[in-house]
Amino acid sequence: MASRKKAKVSTGSLEQLLAAKEIVIHCGSGGVGKTTTAAAAAAMAAAHLGGKVLVLTVDPAKRLANALGLEEFGNVETRVPPEAFAEAGVEPRGELWAAMLDTKQSWDDLVRMHAPDAKTRDAILDNPLYKNITGRFVQSHDYIAMERLYEIHASGTYDLIVVDTPPTRNAIDFLEAPERMADFFSSRLLRWLTVPARSRVLSMASKPFYSVADRILGSKFLEDIAEFFLLFQTMYDGFVERAHAVTRTLADTRTTFVVVSTLESAPVAEAEFFIDALEDHGLQLGAVVLNKVLPGWFLDAGTTAAAKALCSDADRLAAALPADLGAADQVARVLHEVGESFLNFQVVAKRELETRAELSAAPEVVASVPYFDHDITDLAGLLELGQQIWR
Amino acid sequence: MTDLLDRKLLFVTGKGGVGKTTIAASLALLASQHGKRTLVGEIDAKGNLADFYETGPTSFKEREVAPNLWAMSMDTEESLKEYLSLQLKIPFVARLGPLARTFDFVANAAPGVKEILTVGKFLWEVRERHYDLVVVDAVATGHIAGQLAAPQAIQELVHVGLVRDQTDWMLEILGDPAQTGVVIVAAPEEMPVNESLELVDRLRAETVVDLAAVVANRVLPELFSRGEEEVFEAIDDPTRTPPGAEVLAAAVGGPVRQLLDGAELAVKLRRTRAVHLTRLRTELPPGTPLLYVPYLFQRSHGARATAQVAAHLGEELGF
Repeated sequence: MASRKKAKVSTGSLEQLLAAKEIVIHCGSGGVGKTTTAAAAAAMAAAHLGGKVLVLTVDPAKRLANALGLEEFGNVETRVPPEAFAEAGVEPRGELWAAMLDTKQSWDDLVRMHAPDAKTRDAILDNPLYKNITGRFVQSHDYIAMERLYEIHASGTYDLIVVDTPPTRNAIDFLEAPERMADFFSSRLLRWLTVPARSRVLSMASKPFYSVADRILGSKFLEDIAEFFLLFQTMYDGFVERAHAVTRTLADTRTTFVVVSTLESAPVAEAEFFIDALEDHGLQLGAVVLNKVLPGWFLDAGTTAAAKALCSDADRLAAALPADLGAADQVARVLHEVGESFLNFQVVAKRELETRAELSAAPEVVASVPYFDHDITDLAGLLELGQQIWR
Repeated sequence: MTDLLDRKLLFVTGKGGVGKTTIAASLALLASQHGKRTLVGEIDAKGNLADFYETGPTSFKEREVAPNLWAMSMDTEESLKEYLSLQLKIPFVARLGPLARTFDFVANAAPGVKEILTVGKFLWEVRERHYDLVVVDAVATGHIAGQLAAPQAIQELVHVGLVRDQTDWMLEILGDPAQTGVVIVAAPEEMPVNESLELVDRLRAETVVDLAAVVANRVLPELFSRGEEEVFEAIDDPTRTPPGAEVLAAAVGGPVRQLLDGAELAVKLRRTRAVHLTRLRTELPPGTPLLYVPYLFQRSHGARATAQVAAHLGEELGF
């Protein structure tokens, strides 16, 4: 992290960024409001920039689907009805579309595309290990998200695709997912593993492995694994080529990344790690969006003095207020609570300011979203959030 | 409710960002403070469990971080070595070299292998009675059911072999509510509550593990009682003559507008979250212990915060 350049001045805006790019990928740790931020950015782009804008999301809250005016959205892209914009009092210049990533469905589609023949295709789709792997193999979500993005982008249907990434343990996993998938299919280990299915004669090198693996897992299970990989290997060329193409798309200048974080310590650590990782991978960091930021006035010196006065001198101040506000002791308690609450939030606001100073060292665009005191339930709410980060 | 800590093995999970590690670290600290020999383990090797005790980094080999409290980080490769040498009496672990590379690959490819090495390590600590309580800072809500279902998945896929034999005793401990339970951590916000409720169903449908408790973390304090809120609104009401805010500003001799705005924000935040908290409370299976941990207004995380959360959990558990 030491290598990062310090204190670059913000020069652009999210509006400029979205106007200039074709793919905008939102990432950050779980619970920071990634999905909502992505949806808000896409809604703003559709409303003000025009063109066809798609928000590709992973697991939206039902509330968010509703906010986009959709009952539910699936693997197929759905257009957000223009009426939803009308209700928000906005006449959009473009169209907003939404799609949700269905991992299982996307894997099946991929197998259908790459399988050399119908027999292999069905054998893979029916293989119990395949189901297990596509469902549980955590990295499979990462890969499939990038794969789906590539497919949609290559179709040329949209002017802008805004992506929300799956909650990975390490946000970096999905950047590496396409290459890892390529490695996986071209690895010597995979060929090794499929040896028993191809030949009963094991090389001297692999024999110890199999004798141990046999004892631990049982030979039937090993054969199942081998059969599965043997089937999968028939798709090798298509898969590897595709994975490389996905990687190229991520590194393309038309693609940019938006890191979303709150100012809590764990998400910020994750965000910093991710910002460095983008640089290491030669990928472009477009913006950092800070979510749920407390208003700056919590740090105001004059108000702080007033808050302290309320805490220490509540009785005297209560006596100075008009008598019709309530019983004096009750008024005093309220004043004390008001002062104390302010000072409490100030502690958090101070911490946020420090964290922010550390983080803002990197990107061109840093936008912050205030702490909304309500949940977002409609497109108007999304656009309201979008306004906060737009310019 | 103290019986939560009388179990032998607790898996603490939650949606990202709700404070799962905070709660795991605090529960373990609380147990150790009450005389239980406790192991706390994080599954994510790149995690930051050590930060919560402000000790050095943790590794697979457990380390005493406080009296009665040991901490470790999961490493599936180390776990495999230990498993091979201790359980299968396979002696050559020192020469695992080329196998280790293969292992990572097979473990990724063969479903359940990595999971069972992870869960199995903790189950083994319980079976051997090395500790009174093992607290696991487990994977997030999206992945925990798959992880806890690994022994069953292995049983379905692997029909013979030593691994198969191992799953029997694992399932026995996992499925015994007197020994094992899941603690779900939720924050009073929409998605964390949704995911927590979904996980309750998935645990029942896909695993043999009992739901031990749900922790509502970062609950904002109630600022005003009902009567007090009316008083606050009156002070804040600009249409009154004279406006309370102006009189107050004069009495204080400084600006008060933002004091009132701050209180308003606190009240509204609390109110929005209360809706989600109510939903959590009413939709959990009847009888599920629900523990409240308040939002802590403080400078940072660390040992002090962990101790404070442990104290709150202790109060909720009736210590």
